[in-house]
Amino acid sequence: MFYREVGQFKTNYTADSQVFPILQDKVGIIAMLVIAYVIIPMAGNDFFITTVMIPFLVFTLATIGLNILVGYTGQLSLGTGAFMGVGAYSCYKLTTFFPDVNIIILVLLSGFFAAGVGIIFGLPSLRIKGFYLAVTTLAAQFFLEWAFIRIPWLYNYNDSGAIEVPQREGFGVILTGAAAQPVTRYLVVLSIVLVMTWIASNIIRGRIGRSWMMIRDMDIAAELMGVRPLYAKLSAFAVSSFYCGVAGAMFVFFWLGAAEVESFDINHSFLFLFMAIIGGLGSLIGCYMGAAFIWILPIIIRALPEALGLDVNAATVEHINFMMIGGMIIFFLIVEPHGLARLWQIAKEKLRTWPFPYS
Amino acid sequence: MNVAVKPADTGSDRANAPEVMLDIRNVSLSFGGVHAIKDVSFNIHKGEIRAIIGPNGAGKTSMLNVINGFYHPQVGEITFKGETRTQMRPYVAATQGIARTFQNVALFRGMSTLDNIMSGRTLKMHKNFFWQMLRFGPAMQEEVEHRERVEEIIDFLEIQHIRRTPVGRLPYGLQKRVELARALAMEPELLLLDEPMAGMNLEEKEDMSRFILDVNDQFGTTIALIEHDMGVVMDLSTRVVVLDHGEKIADGTPAEVSSNQDVIDAYLGVAH
Ligand SMILES: Nc1ncnc2c1ncn2[C@@H]1O[C@H](COP(=O)(O)OP(=O)(O)O)[C@@H](O)[C@H]1O
Ligand SMILES: [Mg+2]
Repeated sequence: MFYREVGQFKTNYTADSQVFPILQDKVGIIAMLVIAYVIIPMAGNDFFITTVMIPFLVFTLATIGLNILVGYTGQLSLGTGAFMGVGAYSCYKLTTFFPDVNIIILVLLSGFFAAGVGIIFGLPSLRIKGFYLAVTTLAAQFFLEWAFIRIPWLYNYNDSGAIEVPQREGFGVILTGAAAQPVTRYLVVLSIVLVMTWIASNIIRGRIGRSWMMIRDMDIAAELMGVRPLYAKLSAFAVSSFYCGVAGAMFVFFWLGAAEVESFDINHSFLFLFMAIIGGLGSLIGCYMGAAFIWILPIIIRALPEALGLDVNAATVEHINFMMIGGMIIFFLIVEPHGLARLWQIAKEKLRTWPFPYS
Repeated sequence: MNVAVKPADTGSDRANAPEVMLDIRNVSLSFGGVHAIKDVSFNIHKGEIRAIIGPNGAGKTSMLNVINGFYHPQVGEITFKGETRTQMRPYVAATQGIARTFQNVALFRGMSTLDNIMSGRTLKMHKNFFWQMLRFGPAMQEEVEHRERVEEIIDFLEIQHIRRTPVGRLPYGLQKRVELARALAMEPELLLLDEPMAGMNLEEKEDMSRFILDVNDQFGTTIALIEHDMGVVMDLSTRVVVLDHGEKIADGTPAEVSSNQDVIDAYLGVAH
């Protein structure tokens, strides 16, 4: 009844190709922005902001990066964790060399290093596909992990082998290090993630995004329409790795505070793959849903027994979490490969015609 | 909306001065021991509808694959628009103005009808990554410009109602039509159609025949058409080349070809 496009006519193609063509969607998005920028900073406590929101946003960005490669270009990657690591270590080195430069600029710059590495490890994709490509990205994962341990220059020869985030400023405000306010860090992360989501959606709807999807859906026909596989695949690897790199830098600088190789291991690669699958391959909104589902739901479940006054063993709760997420992955792989985003879309289509679906 | 981009050739013009657009000379292609094409020569005139017929396995699809660079013949020469080539990639064929449809529909299944047809504009869009990122200014202008052309093709092929539908959900007949739309979006000079009417009912076949004639007539596009239905071939084509077991057994007007004894034998020899 209320979610309708009736009477909302598009009179030009610019309006017709908007991300949220329906007025109700626009209202929804504005409401979300108000919540994210006004209500959460005002009402949210440090625990909520630090433990829930910041990692949720960072993981969303990493999932977008992976989704560009897997969901939009059809190139399976198991190296997300390592590409994030490249971003994090690059940012660490950059801020070592240029301590006075705005840390936000350095975080974004570190994405370019990840993009470069991504292109190199994307080269095999020109020859091999599917499972075998996944194996080469796995090799990238292990090689980079090795580099993060064996090249002490990367972590400034710290005895701990870890990178420790120094205090850094941007726009005259302390943004990183122990003295940085959670709300400040949250707002920085939120802004970067939102802007990069917007950019991703622009790329995807344009010529370049279409060339990625053409390669994904039918590479032979794509080449016949004038897509050069070399450019399409490597640009996808570059953009994807850029996103993962920025996510990795933010992961360490705005959330963890210190990190070593474990923060970028294969488990993280799988984590983001699961987020992409559950959220929906080939959907940006799905990246938010997948990250929320895998990161936020377990936090709620962990808090639930206490809230309800139940005495449940913490280990049991963790098992429940594992089982649920595992079950969901299997469910989505079998029943709805387009994930939560697709379910959401179906719900919206139903709503459009509710309560008279055949009228 | 009228889509005519080039003045249509008239039949008499064609007969007077047939300009050769594509010339195939002594092409042979084999896969290991299988000889798919054996020493075949024929040409396609600018502006004509050239049918390629023959029983299953005759080498028709292989011929199209040779023309647009998927297969590289072991022997022979191909001259397109006066340029003789030894080898080329499908990408180069696309840049030279060759488009095609496939025997088994090869659409981008995860994309909507609109995006599938927009993908045909890839080679004509040039705005760089920076503008694409912002989807603003020149990039948006370019996108809208090409969207307009695509909408003209959508109107032309009467597929307005499925604009937003993911092509995977369309019935077979419509998928074939979207594939034609995608090829037309490339504004090709030579259009290769591989059994565009296979698996269609009579009404769909009639629609498709009309579209093929209109494309040839309104856009002046040269068409190479593989088709099994002799009725359709008689109606549409200017000249017919007949292949059987990889060899050319006849070449001429539809009337000449259909009265040729070799052709009759070849067709009677296989079950339909
Ligand atoms: N890629 C290929 N590899 C091996 N054999 C092929 C290939 N493509 C075609 N052929 C063979 O070439 C012959 C001609 O096939 P095709 O051109 O598809 O015939 P048509 O389109 O006339 O039915 C067949 O015997 C087929 O098996
Ligand atoms: Mg065939």
